[in-house]
Amino acid sequence: MDLLATALPALGQAWALILQPMVLGYLVLGVVMGLAVGVFPGLGGIAGLSLLLPFMFGMDPVLGLALMIGMVAVVPTSDTFASVLMGIPGSSASQATVLDGFPMAKKGQAARALSAAFTSSLFGGLVGAAFLTMFIVVARPIVLSFGLPEMLMISILGLSMVAVLAGRVALKGLAAAGLGLLIGTIGEADAGGSLRMATYDIPYLTDGLKLVIVGLGIFAVPEIVSLLRQDRAISKEAKLGAGWGEGVRDWVANKWLSVRCSLIGVVVGVIPGLGGSVVDWIAYGHAVQTTKDKSNFGKGEVRGVIGPESSNNAKEGGGLVPTLLFGIPGSGSMAIFIGAIALLGSGEIEVGPSMLRDNLDITYSIVWLLALANVVGTLLCIAASGGIAKLTTIRFTYLAPFLFMLISFAAFQSGQNFEDILALFVIGLIGIFLRRFDWSRPAFLIGFVLSNPVEKFSNQAFQIASFRFRKSFEEGMEYIFSPIVIVLLIVTVVSVVLGLRQAKSIMAEGDVQSGSKRAPLVFLLLIMGYVVTALVNASLIPDYNMTDKIVPLVVGGIALTALLILLVQMILRPESDPIFADKEVSGEDADAPYGLWSTLAWFVGLIVATYFVGFILALLGFLVSFLRVRAQAHWPKTLILTACGIALMCVMAGALNRDFPPGLLQGAVDLPWPLN
Amino acid sequence: MTIKYFAASAVSAVCLAAPALAEVDFSGKTIEWVIPFSETGGSAKWANFFAPLLSEELPGKPTVVVKFMPGAGSTKGANWFQEQKHDEGTVLFGTSGSTQFPYLLDDPRVRYEYSDWHPVMASGTGGVAYLNPTDGEKFDGTANNLKDINFIYGSQGATRLDLVPLLAWEMLGMNVEPVFGIKGRGDGRLMFERGEATIDYQTSSSYLGASADLVEKGQAVPMMTWGALDEDGNIVRDPTFPDIPTFKEVCEATDGCETSGEAWDAWKAFFIAGFPVQKIAFLPAGTPEDVIATYTAAFDAVRNRDDFAKIAEKRVGKYPVFVGEGAAKATQRGTTVSAEAKAFVTNWLQEAYGVSLK
Repeated sequence: MDLLATALPALGQAWALILQPMVLGYLVLGVVMGLAVGVFPGLGGIAGLSLLLPFMFGMDPVLGLALMIGMVAVVPTSDTFASVLMGIPGSSASQATVLDGFPMAKKGQAARALSAAFTSSLFGGLVGAAFLTMFIVVARPIVLSFGLPEMLMISILGLSMVAVLAGRVALKGLAAAGLGLLIGTIGEADAGGSLRMATYDIPYLTDGLKLVIVGLGIFAVPEIVSLLRQDRAISKEAKLGAGWGEGVRDWVANKWLSVRCSLIGVVVGVIPGLGGSVVDWIAYGHAVQTTKDKSNFGKGEVRGVIGPESSNNAKEGGGLVPTLLFGIPGSGSMAIFIGAIALLGSGEIEVGPSMLRDNLDITYSIVWLLALANVVGTLLCIAASGGIAKLTTIRFTYLAPFLFMLISFAAFQSGQNFEDILALFVIGLIGIFLRRFDWSRPAFLIGFVLSNPVEKFSNQAFQIASFRFRKSFEEGMEYIFSPIVIVLLIVTVVSVVLGLRQAKSIMAEGDVQSGSKRAPLVFLLLIMGYVVTALVNASLIPDYNMTDKIVPLVVGGIALTALLILLVQMILRPESDPIFADKEVSGEDADAPYGLWSTLAWFVGLIVATYFVGFILALLGFLVSFLRVRAQAHWPKTLILTACGIALMCVMAGALNRDFPPGLLQGAVDLPWPLN
Repeated sequence: MTIKYFAASAVSAVCLAAPALAEVDFSGKTIEWVIPFSETGGSAKWANFFAPLLSEELPGKPTVVVKFMPGAGSTKGANWFQEQKHDEGTVLFGTSGSTQFPYLLDDPRVRYEYSDWHPVMASGTGGVAYLNPTDGEKFDGTANNLKDINFIYGSQGATRLDLVPLLAWEMLGMNVEPVFGIKGRGDGRLMFERGEATIDYQTSSSYLGASADLVEKGQAVPMMTWGALDEDGNIVRDPTFPDIPTFKEVCEATDGCETSGEAWDAWKAFFIAGFPVQKIAFLPAGTPEDVIATYTAAFDAVRNRDDFAKIAEKRVGKYPVFVGEGAAKATQRGTTVSAEAKAFVTNWLQEAYGVSLK
């Protein structure tokens, strides 16, 4: 009861701190800024927070916190716009939302999907805050009970969601996940520093590929290209269908799913070192497993939106625990948040164990400011969603050039290398073919996201376990098979068994017809070629760096086995077998008036031009020629739209203090901003 | 923008022949302070702390923005800076131990040369190593009773700053097994708190923020600091932790550990690059004297603020900030190691951890 005696007054003080007009004003200001940043894919909280940093120095702590939290809190809400409307994962938190949100938008239910998503976000945020209020005072020992074996098990649980999302041919899903895992190992190994599929001559590769780029490449590029080829609006119906009321009703009908997913979000968010990237997949898997009629998943099932969206806002609250109690940031934006807190006031708030003892009122203020920011952000988003959803009724040819512009800019921001845009293109190409031949793209992405955690935690847990076993057998067993590990193991096994049974009915790519053998076979051989190369590459790492080669070898081995079985099946089975699924045989893509390569050539054009004359000049040429030639727009319209696009880029980059990709021209001549 | 202002500029333009009179003025300019790390690291914290203070002290109060250029273990940003030419003096670059170590160890990615650049400010930090309570009881100011124990340590990698503690423990004859691949020292501390790691070290500010709490609760026992440098380059007790002995003292007291010879020289060289001269702010090659002098004066004014000690303590630690001649000397110390020391460390990395930077 001691706890209650200190917690309740602190909670009261926290509310007294929050409920001041000035504080609320700063919160709303932060929310509005966060919304402006968050609707653009790939920027997220880090860009926004860095923008605020210079103002934090010496600022009144509560005001500064309100401003920053307002900004951070709405990003997982506002990035839903891009995920649902354009099929572009706005941030790692909203990748699973794309799976069902975007198909809903295509069916003309964008407003419904958005409002269901926002209601879920709001609710998730509130559940997160309520849970934290009680949990935070007792959190420390619980968080400490999550050691490396436990974290490894959670990563594996996340990986087991591949079973649910593997698609009609389970082996193809497995191979896709294996490919994702392998691509995730590219670069300098964390443990021993060996290079995998990289060389010091190409420094870009030594850092590995960024999640933003892979997410955009796998989901956004294929959808943009496909829609552009069909030359229609995103929404098949000319009208938007039901408005936001229906989405809210959807949420009410599924409120228990939302509660469960919020709790999943908060709990996984609490564990330091995992970050948010697994949460939405676990929530999505849970939503699938608890739905009786699974046939609609991947085609626009509203539960597939409610699940991940409930969890990703709750996760932000959960992520505060490691951040505030241990001083260990759960995500990139939280790391800046910690740094910024030190700048506030006279530096009296110190993140870390003393936070609960010395600053419990501030801790509670942070928790509830987060909840409040969620409320404000959601209301603003709902208010805007009807209008923004109209974007889905515009002829896509007018949207596409701007989407290419946005994703290129977003990709470049992740590392500020020209190679970032190239990587986006290459991954986009992989995405296009995974989609065409019905290899599960979610499985690929889950593999990529979890590649690093799985490798890191298995190596470290193995090392510490062998250390314990050297002491005594019991101590080793106790370490590996803790109660938490056993529970997670059971959950994983159940979820894999159930998932495999259900996977056939979940067709993320819709019902894809099979056609000739040749194209699917060639693609399979290409993947196999990469896997073999990666395997050979890993086997060349000297044995004393076993930590750097073991995971690529094992994963590559499994993927290769799956691919070989697939190869045999392809040889034996007739052309009509689902294994030969090919979107170019029949359906939307096959009937599209434009070909794949001629459409992709536009994107290539933008990239090549950027290489020579820099981004803004390239963009100018790209927009004008695209709108004139492909969209057949009149000159006035072309010029106005081009000017709008370039102005948008300049305002965004200027406000966030970001650079544009320079080209060879900029290397030779000094040009004024924004041309440099 | 008055006539007087223009007249003044015209006069100063005429007087360019006498550079001492030419005033450097940054009015309306934006100074970019480039950090070769991401927004989330310690260098970001350091630059974000100094940026607003610097802005106030530079003539014309320019906006100072911190820009991030992470990649390839900070060598990408440093290689970029090597290419920069002087242009109005609006580009400032910050390096840290993680930029210095690859340079000292001949990392193949390094295409930069520290001696080309002009240091204008340097600052450092310290570090404290601590033990779990069980083994901590056996620590008596020497490592003699710790030699038979197997320790486990969460490490970011043997070629990073962790080189300094790992080599120190090895010199003491301790058996420390590093678990590589953690992302920051905070993760290492968490591993220690969970009992998975049994020995740990933190830089000063992190130690004060979190580990000191563990010591208070009896969950950790401080072992030693890496020490601090005095004016003459000798290792003395860390001013932030005057009660904790330095590694030098512990080494002297421990059988078989020597504070001379090639191992010691190598340790000291890398310690200096990693801690007391950890972070340095540079202007690019070819920067004229008057611009360097302007920055030096501004940083000097920053460190002489009445409240500097107070605001710096919580944010970057209570350590000396070097400017001008002092910064140049510190940079010299932090970016040079003897060929013997380099050979010793390269060889040791290869033998102990199989790491080679080729």
